[in-house]
Amino acid sequence: MLRKAFAIAAVLGFTAMAQAAFAVTTEATPKDVHWSFEGPFGRFDQEQLQRGYKVYHDVCSSCHAMHLMSYRNLGQLGGPFYDPKYPNPNDNPYVKAIVADYKVPDIDSDTGDVIKRPATPADAFVSPFPNEAAARASNGGALPPDLSLIIKAREDGTQYVYSILTGYKPAPAGLTVPANRYYDPYMPGDMTSFWHGAGPVPTGGFIAMPQQLTPNRVTFDDHMVATPDQEAKDVVAFLAWASEPHQSERKQLGFAVMIYLVIFTGLLYASYRRIWRKVAH
Amino acid sequence: MSGHSTYEPKTGIERWLDTRLPIIRFGVDLGDFPTPKNLNYWWTFGGILAVCLITQILTGVILAMHYVPNATLAFDSVEHIMRDVNYGWLIRYIHANGASMMFLAVYIHMFRGLYYGSYKAPREVLWLLGMVIYLLMVITAFFGYVLPWGQMSFWGATVITNILGAVPVIGPSITTWLWGGFAVDDPTLNRFFSLHYLLPFIIAGVVVLHIWALHVPGNNNPTGVNVKSEADTVPFHPYYTVKDGFGIGVFLILFAAFVFYNPDGMGHAENFTPANPLVTPQHIVPEWYLLPYYAMLRAVPNKLMGVLTMFGAIGVLFILPWLDRSKVRSMRYRPTARIFLALFLLTCLILGWCGAHEPDATVIPGVGAGFVLGDYGINTDVWLSRIGALLYFAYLIPVQIFLPLFETPLPVPESISEPVLSHPASVPAGATAAPEKKG
Repeated sequence: MLRKAFAIAAVLGFTAMAQAAFAVTTEATPKDVHWSFEGPFGRFDQEQLQRGYKVYHDVCSSCHAMHLMSYRNLGQLGGPFYDPKYPNPNDNPYVKAIVADYKVPDIDSDTGDVIKRPATPADAFVSPFPNEAAARASNGGALPPDLSLIIKAREDGTQYVYSILTGYKPAPAGLTVPANRYYDPYMPGDMTSFWHGAGPVPTGGFIAMPQQLTPNRVTFDDHMVATPDQEAKDVVAFLAWASEPHQSERKQLGFAVMIYLVIFTGLLYASYRRIWRKVAH
Repeated sequence: MSGHSTYEPKTGIERWLDTRLPIIRFGVDLGDFPTPKNLNYWWTFGGILAVCLITQILTGVILAMHYVPNATLAFDSVEHIMRDVNYGWLIRYIHANGASMMFLAVYIHMFRGLYYGSYKAPREVLWLLGMVIYLLMVITAFFGYVLPWGQMSFWGATVITNILGAVPVIGPSITTWLWGGFAVDDPTLNRFFSLHYLLPFIIAGVVVLHIWALHVPGNNNPTGVNVKSEADTVPFHPYYTVKDGFGIGVFLILFAAFVFYNPDGMGHAENFTPANPLVTPQHIVPEWYLLPYYAMLRAVPNKLMGVLTMFGAIGVLFILPWLDRSKVRSMRYRPTARIFLALFLLTCLILGWCGAHEPDATVIPGVGAGFVLGDYGINTDVWLSRIGALLYFAYLIPVQIFLPLFETPLPVPESISEPVLSHPASVPAGATAAPEKKG
């Protein structure tokens, strides 16, 4: 009897291992979108950055922090609200207007009381939740990732984030979707144990964020039609800028450096030929 | 150093200084150093590496002014450098890509040495010092990669430090000692930062010894033939300062292309997520320049043997001057050895490919893992790594010892100025050097 139980346990264990061995994380190949900021000469479209900030502000920021960003960044060279009239972004009227909506926690220097004071352009983006536990508690146990670096923190980040945002699909029949989870073929996941339908296990995984970008979810100030696709492209452009705010400056400086180096190296080659002209080697 | 000095102090101050600290003489002698006139562009990588080391130290010193070696602050301090420090992004990108560029240059420099037999007598100490520099570079680069405290930093540090736990008896104690605790944490980050700042200066010191050891026997050259007379040489300055300068210029163009147009290309997306001891990334891989060793480590099923294989792969290079029995230095005159060296280069590249992939990844796509031999199918990364590791050591030990017994080298020229092979007509009949017979 005991021997039989062992044998069954062993078989079950082996089956579980075999399943584990075949369990593979899958995701659909990200969509291929062309971005204005790709390549050595690619630049951000400032209007798109402004629309993207609006999507982040109106939609994403209710759950996702961007703790590496400060409001002043929005008005710096290359930023969504940069204005050559205000080289110091702290003076930028758009930045000041954005900041006027926020209050940040502080300590009253006279009384030592915990207070909230009006935010300044130098303050970091106000986070939607005071800490990770609060963020998880409000989101069914899932932690909305900080978006400051999200484009760099994912392989092929622009295409990946765009695909996730626009990729939501109704779960195919035979797929058991857990409570507070949503099916997205572009989300990496392994749905072997959730699949009871016929045919191969669908690619993709579950995401704790419901589909956010719907038609007219935001109203763009430049009267661009707010389709989910447009909203996704704009917010991805904004996040791509935020992941490295100096990237346009980097490409511009790089161009000058390359020209300099090519000329300098050319002169060195000419000097080399001249100095060695009488040496047989 | 070596040779006679041509410096003659002309002013009173120079004469006064020359009898007290002959530093001007030292500089002039370095500039006048007789250098073989036939050095090709592969010889410019020494100068390129000097530029790399200086660049790394300068950018590193500036980065250290803004970086905070603390487990809770390190990641954000690196982003502070990228976002708020004036040209911090430029300095950091030069430093991060500079490490890759320096390894690219050092690998070319080492293969140059292998091809032209620059490690052979009387340059064994020169080669040994070079290997010490390389080993220090590997350790320094590893410490540096941990500092941004992203996921790959943290888990790379965890994997590599755990490797040392395989050492019998004292292994666990060594690991605890390295960590400064019982896991990779704040004390680990602090000591890695301290050592990352220290080691480059030790490298610089060994570089001085390396150049000293170079200046005693003088440069090897593409023919591998010793310098016979002054006609074979030119003064280092201006002939090689300008040639090295051109090489450095070309190298800087490649360097700048990475820094300005693909600065994260050699990094990992995973490292833009702050370190989290509770979440293990799916794939933990080192930087590209360490991938061949990583493949060899994973190729061996036994952990301790894997560690020994990995360290042995570097260690065997130290004794290479005594393994190689060939009397001909340059592979220009060793056609068979040349084929073996090409295969060795291919082996290193294949091992690098293996290190970048999962052990159970299939090598030839669409065929499946194939017949299971031992623990893995034969068409997997692991078995390719095993073959690669075997070929790696086969080249460095048996091939070095036995190939010279069987190969017939081509005739070697009498001197640098008379390369018989490129100008056979200019050599009088019968004046050709006797071909180096077997051994």
